[in-house]
Amino acid sequence: MKVISTKSYEQYHREQFRRNSSVQPLWQLLDQVKDPEIPVLSLWDIGILKDIKQNSEEVIVTVTPTYSGCPAMDIIKEDIEQLLYTNGYKKVTVVSELSPPWTTEWMTEKGKKQLRGYGIATPTDILPCKRGQHDELHSTIICPHCSSENTTMISEFGSTACKALFKCNDCCEPFDLFKKL
Amino acid sequence: MTDLQLELDVINYSKRLGDDALILGQRLSEWVSQGPFLEEDIAIGNVALDYVGRARMFYSYCAQIENIHTNSVQKTEDDYAYLRDEREYQNYLINELPIGDFAFTTVRQLLVDYFNKYFLSNLKDSNDSTLCAIAQKAEKETQYHCKRSKNWTLRLGDGTSESNTRMQNALNEVWGYIPELFEHDELENRLIERGIAVDCSEFKAQWLNDINVILQASQLEIPTIEWQVTGGRAGYHTEYLGHILAQMQYLHRCHPGASW
Repeated sequence: MKVISTKSYEQYHREQFRRNSSVQPLWQLLDQVKDPEIPVLSLWDIGILKDIKQNSEEVIVTVTPTYSGCPAMDIIKEDIEQLLYTNGYKKVTVVSELSPPWTTEWMTEKGKKQLRGYGIATPTDILPCKRGQHDELHSTIICPHCSSENTTMISEFGSTACKALFKCNDCCEPFDLFKKL
Repeated sequence: MTDLQLELDVINYSKRLGDDALILGQRLSEWVSQGPFLEEDIAIGNVALDYVGRARMFYSYCAQIENIHTNSVQKTEDDYAYLRDEREYQNYLINELPIGDFAFTTVRQLLVDYFNKYFLSNLKDSNDSTLCAIAQKAEKETQYHCKRSKNWTLRLGDGTSESNTRMQNALNEVWGYIPELFEHDELENRLIERGIAVDCSEFKAQWLNDINVILQASQLEIPTIEWQVTGGRAGYHTEYLGHILAQMQYLHRCHPGASW
């Protein structure tokens, strides 16, 4: 059976980049660092871990913020440093790079599944809408709890800037949507 | 123009853009815990956070350039936010006006968010790579700000007669602060020539058209007024800026370097 990949072009290139890196143990080690606001997601799976380099003196980790005001960035930086120091690395530099800007396309498939399991809908849960309007307000969002398509937006911004708040009219549970960016 | 003059201009320009974002972000944050309902309270808080985050990026860039030439104490974003007085702030006046009622906040946000939409889209083409990177980041967030302020304008403008009146009053009150957004001083002209700063007059017609369409759908009218106020870019402010700075800077000035 032929399988059609649903992986985005951007995601495909990220994975290639990681696979071709010469510091595989470091990538695996940093998979332990989770997003402090969504503790099921690793930095890699959410797409904010861009690069890891190592020379004789130091490890340089490049990350990018999801939103410019994201308060989690400082904690993420500390978490990376702490993990690497406890694993015997002597000098660690975390660089924050703005360009190219983070996009939800960089989220891995595994990350999206984990988000859904955590009760957060992802940009892939936005059904294309019939009226030609391509935003959450006019599209159908699938409830991550009961998979109903009968959902309503409560607010453009949810518990954090990267999310919008919805409610499901069938299971009556509220849920967040990780907005497409 | 010498390289040093150019660098000074870029520092100043980035500082202005930081000032615009910080003052509006601080204003918006005044709604936290006072929003019309819980979800909206959180939404405003998040928009405020986006603006403050934007200010951090612009100020950090100022510090980065300034520090190259200084061997003494290295500046940080906090120096610009907490240790400058009224006359040193160069934000547009519209950003410092008090939050007023929810209609006033909504109207200001509509006008400024749509201004930023075009401004950032143009700044993305700047010859300065850092300003360009900040614009790329901020532009994406601004799409969501515009959506939110547009939806609120429709809801309140085309709402009850009370909400419509309040929205129209807010428009009348704020409209005189609009011309300033499309003016340029010498510094900006020099940078526009270099392809670094944005020439806002280029997108004024598009901006006005967007606003017109939304206002018409919201049963609101563009005011016909004969007054206008400018001065923010030159450091001349309304009486309101001093108060907001006092509130924002109090802790840092009483306990220099405080952190938690």
